[in-house]
Amino acid sequence: MSTRNRQARSKIRVLLAKAGLDGHDRGAKVIARALRDAGMEVIYTGLRQSVNTIVRSAVQEDVDVVAVSILSGAHMSVLPKIQQGLKKFGKQDVLITGGGIIPPQDQARLQKMGIGKMFGPGESISEIVRYISDSVCPIVFRGSAI
Amino acid sequence: MKLNKKKTRKICYAPKDLQALRYDRDLGDPGRFPFTRGIYPTMYAGKLWTMREFSGFGLAHDTNQRFRFLLASGQTGLSVAFDLPTLMGYDSDHPKSVGEVGLGGVAIDSLADMEELFSGIPLGEISTSMTINAPAAIVFAMYLACAKKQGVPFKRLNGTLQNDILKEFMAQKEWIFPPRPSVRLIVDTVGYAAKYVPKWNPISISGYHIREAGSTAAQELAFTLANGFTYVEEVLKTGLPIDRFAPRLSFFFNAHQNFFGEIAKYRAARRIWARKMRSTYKAKDPKSWRMRFHVQTAGSSLQAQQPENNIARTAFEALSAVLGGAQSLHTNGYDEPLCLPTQESAQIALRTQQILAHELGLQDAVDPLGGSYYLEQLTSEIEKQAESYFKQIRKMGGVLKGIEENFFQREIAGASYAYQKEVESKQQIVVGVNEYAAREELWKVPIFKIDPKREREQKAKLKRLRKKRSSAKVQKTLEQLKRKAHGKENLMPFILESVEAYATLGEIVSSLKEVFGEYQEPASAF
Repeated sequence: MSTRNRQARSKIRVLLAKAGLDGHDRGAKVIARALRDAGMEVIYTGLRQSVNTIVRSAVQEDVDVVAVSILSGAHMSVLPKIQQGLKKFGKQDVLITGGGIIPPQDQARLQKMGIGKMFGPGESISEIVRYISDSVCPIVFRGSAI
Repeated sequence: MKLNKKKTRKICYAPKDLQALRYDRDLGDPGRFPFTRGIYPTMYAGKLWTMREFSGFGLAHDTNQRFRFLLASGQTGLSVAFDLPTLMGYDSDHPKSVGEVGLGGVAIDSLADMEELFSGIPLGEISTSMTINAPAAIVFAMYLACAKKQGVPFKRLNGTLQNDILKEFMAQKEWIFPPRPSVRLIVDTVGYAAKYVPKWNPISISGYHIREAGSTAAQELAFTLANGFTYVEEVLKTGLPIDRFAPRLSFFFNAHQNFFGEIAKYRAARRIWARKMRSTYKAKDPKSWRMRFHVQTAGSSLQAQQPENNIARTAFEALSAVLGGAQSLHTNGYDEPLCLPTQESAQIALRTQQILAHELGLQDAVDPLGGSYYLEQLTSEIEKQAESYFKQIRKMGGVLKGIEENFFQREIAGASYAYQKEVESKQQIVVGVNEYAAREELWKVPIFKIDPKREREQKAKLKRLRKKRSSAKVQKTLEQLKRKAHGKENLMPFILESVEAYATLGEIVSSLKEVFGEYQEPASAF
């Protein structure tokens, strides 16, 4: 996303996406509420979204962050595909983060690719909120509700 | 999640708290109406609960091996976990199945896989529970076809189909068809089982997943029972008398961490069900009044941090199920926040049940906590909370209406967020996570991995099957099924025909989708 747009608005926009076949959306919904309560604008995709739909929604909604909840074990294929998809639309600076059961070696590989932090079970909400607000244009957002 | 959270905390209970309680009316001896103290006079002194460990992974023969191991270790019933594509009605070669075949459970595409799954396991002598919901009628038909091949008459088959779609719409969200045709399929399996498979439990009305999605104990109790009433009413509409099917309705609850609250929940569930079956639905057979239920310890209570602690958590939760009078029990593997259980962790889980059964003296008295001032008060309290939900649901126009309006989904998400905030503020301590943490220990236990080659193998198997079978026969049975789906006849016999022609699960589901359509999640509030 361009800096111009970012400065024009005061809230971080997050697309919360649920990928994979599983229907376990407890975590995603908790995070959605928490980010909203922290002053962000949250768009929740609903369950079982394909990479294409996630990328399309991210572009249409002009978000700063794509947060992916993925519990099916397919993170190593889904996350890089989202990254490539966003790049195609010139959205390479959108932060890709999320949560799931991600083994440390996968976490390291994802980080090398430039994908943001993936949070695991038991992570604190405030940590996640802080990570997102710190990663997304810290200068613009400092001092806002976050 | 505690009961009475908002009120001033009362910490001592006495006879005056039980003044409204009348023994014969509200408790009754074990085995007597309203069964608050248990559904059998002798409970575990007469017969232990069934130890039933949920398992399934990889291909049919992998799971068959695990079944044989568990049976050899003293397990007394089987419980099948299916993979996500199977649960969602996709064959293993469907594009949506990529990366998920055999991962969270066993991959079953056709009768051929089912035959392999139960190879060498005599279906007439074991009881089998299958955690399958949206495509339950099809998987049930596969099991029946399998029994036929083994030469076992349907009358001898013993087992349970989860088959509870309402809680899927509320909580677990593995759905295929819209609510009404989904309920019709359930009604068909109940009707078919009542006639031909009399010892089978065609449905296990489940609160487990509602709780795992974050509900409170009272919500778990209320929503599960409300679903139960809905199924009863739907089956009654087909003209089947209540006592023909009610004795075979079974339930499934979560054993979570608020120890006494959980025991109260099971006792209240029995009492509410018995009264409702007798007074509202006019059941005459005492078997129709008795609520039988399975319990699983709470997966969501397990922590990835310091995972060995989960052995203790699971043991305490399991104890609450036993003190609450469960008929069957699954104890979780301690490694389940990280992976499917290894053989070793599955064995520890089973051993935990065996310790409860044989070392603690729990068989010495039936309902040893009955009469406790605290517990009886809690039982009445949670019953009251459930009653108030029933009223609300009735006003709303029933469970299906509530689902359409996102009522249950919203209630559950609200409770789950409230709990998470308590954890965040340390009002709720989670050992090893927000207190006594030692983060570096994460991922140090052995991790069970499914070989990604399994997906290719399953797809190859499926390809061979599609070549080998008579596709004309498959087509003919599927066409017939579609025709019948437009009408009102019980679909089970036609599903069975398709299954026996080796139509795949995906093909049968697609045929039914053409008639029934597909469920679309309501625009999601969070």
